Amino acid sequence: MTVELPDTAQPTGTMYDEAPDDGVWHLRLYVAGESPKSLLAFANLKKLCENHLEHPYEIEIVDLVQNPRLARGDEILAIPTLVRRLPAPMRKIIGDLSDTDRVLVGLQLRAGGMR
Amino acid sequence: MTSEAKVIALEAPDGPRPRQLPSLRKAATGISGLDEVTGGGLPYGRSTLVCGPAGCGKTLLAMEFLVRGITQFDEPGVFVAFEESVDELVENVASMGFDLQHLQDDGKLVMDHIQIAPGDLEETGAWDLSGLLIRLGAAIDEVGAKRVVLDTIETLFGAFEDASILRAELRRLFLWLKQRGVTAIITGERGEGSLTRHGIEEYVSDCVIVLDHRVSEQTSTRRLRVMKYRGTLHGTNEYPFLIGRHGVSVLPITSLGLQHTVSTERVSSGVESLDEMLGGHGLFRGSSVLISGTAGTGKSTIAAQFCATACARGERALYFAFEESEAQIIRNMESVGMDLKRWVDAGLLQLRCVRPSLLGLEAHLASMQDLVTEYSPDVVVMDPISDLLQSGGGAMVSEMLIRQVDFLKSRGVTALFTSLNTYGDEESAAVQQIGSLIDTWMVLKLAESDGSRHRIIYVLKSRGMAHSHEIRNFVLSDEGLLVDGVFHGAAVHS
Repeated sequence: MTVELPDTAQPTGTMYDEAPDDGVWHLRLYVAGESPKSLLAFANLKKLCENHLEHPYEIEIVDLVQNPRLARGDEILAIPTLVRRLPAPMRKIIGDLSDTDRVLVGLQLRAGGMR
Repeated sequence: MTSEAKVIALEAPDGPRPRQLPSLRKAATGISGLDEVTGGGLPYGRSTLVCGPAGCGKTLLAMEFLVRGITQFDEPGVFVAFEESVDELVENVASMGFDLQHLQDDGKLVMDHIQIAPGDLEETGAWDLSGLLIRLGAAIDEVGAKRVVLDTIETLFGAFEDASILRAELRRLFLWLKQRGVTAIITGERGEGSLTRHGIEEYVSDCVIVLDHRVSEQTSTRRLRVMKYRGTLHGTNEYPFLIGRHGVSVLPITSLGLQHTVSTERVSSGVESLDEMLGGHGLFRGSSVLISGTAGTGKSTIAAQFCATACARGERALYFAFEESEAQIIRNMESVGMDLKRWVDAGLLQLRCVRPSLLGLEAHLASMQDLVTEYSPDVVVMDPISDLLQSGGGAMVSEMLIRQVDFLKSRGVTALFTSLNTYGDEESAAVQQIGSLIDTWMVLKLAESDGSRHRIIYVLKSRGMAHSHEIRNFVLSDEGLLVDGVFHGAAVHS
């Protein structure tokens, strides 16, 4: 795998401010360093957005190893965690995002079926 | 690509601790009685599991461990709450004088409430608990914590679907705690057929403390047992514990170790002629005295006289009455020429009148101990203890009572207990159970002779002194109490 994580977000004062709902999907991926699971989750997320998401989107990466305090904001326990911040309501998805069907259900891009 | 193991290593710069220490280091809890039972405290730098049913006092015990760690041993702490909010916790322990807000403001305590919404998370592949570890690590670093409480980690089982990942991650978490060298308490709720609902005892192997909260015949008793303590000797019994105004207190029987300092000083029983029967000098200071007898034989009168005499010596007396009101006792004693009111007014005598049934026995004993601790009396009367014994719970109650007797002994208080017996049962089974802790035991009876009833008294036992074996007449008159000559009547009514 040759995927590399983009620059991770730095904690800024505006980080938790509600972004305007301009139809852009705000996705935030919490990772812990460049672990295999984190890299896989990022690669899966990119692929999934390209293939399934018709809306414009932004992906933000938060590395908790660099910014431990950010775990508290979104109540992050598991890594990787993907948070759909917009559109509301907020959705949380954990794992390396390799189960595409469940990711789509989690993002409400597909109706929830049999578990 | 960085391996996950390195992520953990980043969080544990100290590395593993030396495998074998010459003697097991312990972290004193500062909790009354618990350090005695555990031979000095919890295993230092290790995790201890505290488990029990809902409402047994786990959270409180864990919180007290942190608070006393900060206030008594200068070890900052982190409390991670998975169930209650920080505000709720602060409020709950304020009644015991723990000011959590202050400790947080001082930078000695971090409280973190982790909210878990069950079934909220879509699981889409492999995950781990690095988020929790990083969060916990940040909290530990924030105050330089030496003690950590996770209350209760089992809530996580409701949040995650994949239990096999969770179990592996919990194992990693406990290993990580050990590597960080923090002394931790992990709480768990009792499960069916296992110590905890999800079997986390499997991961915490150094020390396991089981709490219990039993209700028997409407009497509730809390109990504590050290089920496991690797590498150390510990008390294996179940110990009753109380939650009082000053926190948790575990009640081991210290007198079984016979460590009380023994006094050779003698104090008067209050009745001169009774002192004569006790080798001529009265009772040993700090001893425990039992007066048992049938109704109307004068037990309370002797008890009151005992207090009044102590007050006259300038000592403080505390009288727990379970049957009569303060006004009633004062009035009744006036009829035998005893003025209790002056001692009450002088602040030397406190009469505490409580019906044992009003409070749970546990609360009752806790409040009595609190009062003894605050008022520091020289003599204490409990009149009658048979009321406590009859309040239900049988053996459990007498066990609590043994601890009460023991508590008073350990403080050097001369204690007098009365016990009401039914006819023909002067040395009843219930009283027998505390008999071994009683130093001087006197029996009062009614006897028939020459067409009238007489009160008689004898000394059943009195340790460490030559005492009379005679049966004497006991006279109550408006001029006071008197033990008269030897009783010669034939038929003892019993």
